[in-house]
Amino acid sequence: MFRQASRLLARTTTSRGSRAFSSDVPATPTQDSNFIDSWTKVVPNLDPPKTPSSFMTPRPATPTSIPSKLAVNFVLPYASELSGKEVDMVIVPATTGQMGVLPGHVPTIAELKPGILSVHEGNDVTKYFLSSGFALIHANSIADIIAVEAVPVDRLDPALVQKGLADFTQKLSSASTDLEKAEAQIGVDVHSAMNSAITG
Amino acid sequence: MAMAALRREGRRFAPLISPRPITAVRSSPIAPTYEDEGPIGVRYISTQVVRNRMKSVKNIQKITKAMKMVAASKLRAVQTKTENSRGLWQPFTALLGDLPSVDVKKSVVVTISSDKGLCGGINSTAVKISKGIRKLNSGPEKETKYVVLGEKAKAQLIRDSKKDIELIITELQKNPLNYTQVSVLADEILKNVEFDALRIVFNKFQSVVSFLPTVSTVLSPEIVEREAESGGKLGDLDNYEIEGGETKGEILQNLVEFQFSCVMFNAVLENACSEQGARMSAMDSSSRNAGDMLDRLTLTYNRTRQASITTELIEIISGASALEG
Repeated sequence: MFRQASRLLARTTTSRGSRAFSSDVPATPTQDSNFIDSWTKVVPNLDPPKTPSSFMTPRPATPTSIPSKLAVNFVLPYASELSGKEVDMVIVPATTGQMGVLPGHVPTIAELKPGILSVHEGNDVTKYFLSSGFALIHANSIADIIAVEAVPVDRLDPALVQKGLADFTQKLSSASTDLEKAEAQIGVDVHSAMNSAITG
Repeated sequence: MAMAALRREGRRFAPLISPRPITAVRSSPIAPTYEDEGPIGVRYISTQVVRNRMKSVKNIQKITKAMKMVAASKLRAVQTKTENSRGLWQPFTALLGDLPSVDVKKSVVVTISSDKGLCGGINSTAVKISKGIRKLNSGPEKETKYVVLGEKAKAQLIRDSKKDIELIITELQKNPLNYTQVSVLADEILKNVEFDALRIVFNKFQSVVSFLPTVSTVLSPEIVEREAESGGKLGDLDNYEIEGGETKGEILQNLVEFQFSCVMFNAVLENACSEQGARMSAMDSSSRNAGDMLDRLTLTYNRTRQASITTELIEIISGASALEG
């Protein structure tokens, strides 16, 4: 009898939670039941593999009234710069120009070009220079900004930026193949954006 | 029979008479002797064989302990990177959802495994799950192809699914893993392989003793549009405005490629972490087994040694008593 009880307890604990790291969100039982059912039918001997949705906290639903703050998740491949920080406004460098995002913004998928991301919280403004990425703004006033590389603007070295700009402009003029031209153009774009970030 | 006994005693006397063999007799329990039960009749029990085994088992124990330490230090290095990269795929799943049971014609299974062995069962579970997914997606007009990362999965999959493997990539961890390398890899895969859905199979690192096989699904832009139109999980996608780019299709293409490289980066890091963790526990159990084996061998050795000493004593004493009597 006690063995049964311990077995039941063990089953609930393993299915519910997981002894994970603090950075990992707890496994929630929001797995795709369709997938699990079809798996158990076809491959009954193996446990079904986990899917990413079981490792994510589900996002909150769209509120009826516009919330006062925007929650920003700013992620990079090697770090999560901001995760769930409540701010007043962010300005993202979309390919169509600088775009301001306030709470209650229309859901948007924006492709980003190299430029400055500024995060406004009360009177503080933090500026980051992004290389490029995507900004996803959801209906529940959560903004996800995913960039490949980002540095705070005060870490950019003006001398190196000028030198880089000169190098790439020279490469662009002497480029022969399309690939070289494209690479040089990218270099010029990024460096001139960095230049305007430092000066502007 | 009496003649045989006399002959035996004769042979036994010889060592007692000459000085050289006396040292041999005294040191015979300790010095290497070999089991020799021939017509001579003198039996020396061998401890050499047991001693050789003990030496090799002790060496194995030292090696596996060292490998465990190395794996522990490598794990510490990769673990921080992995934890930091965990936020990377979450925005994509929040937007595009997670549809492992989506019905597509061409699915490509990307199996991530390690290059080196001695890491427990993680590579076999990854391969088994890949084969299971392939079985799940089998049907009329449906096909599944493999992209293999890592030597271990390559060895297992090449045996029965050689014609279904599109790309094989090995020596991933020669240089420390970074996003640039993985994005180049993702680019190669996207260029060379046609897909409707990419299913990435890897071992997610949950803790040093627990690794969960996971499958992440990345859909191609056409399938995303199809699912968005048909409603269901991706039904809200049409509500999203598009900034930049001319058409929604273009943006979706870029988004899907970016998603793939981000998910691959996280998957490769998680698998590397799981590999080191599994190696740690495998080497730990191996050194513990070697320790147990060494204990048992030591007991056998002592028993053998004592038995040979006893035999020597009996022979000497019976020889001495035969001499007197």
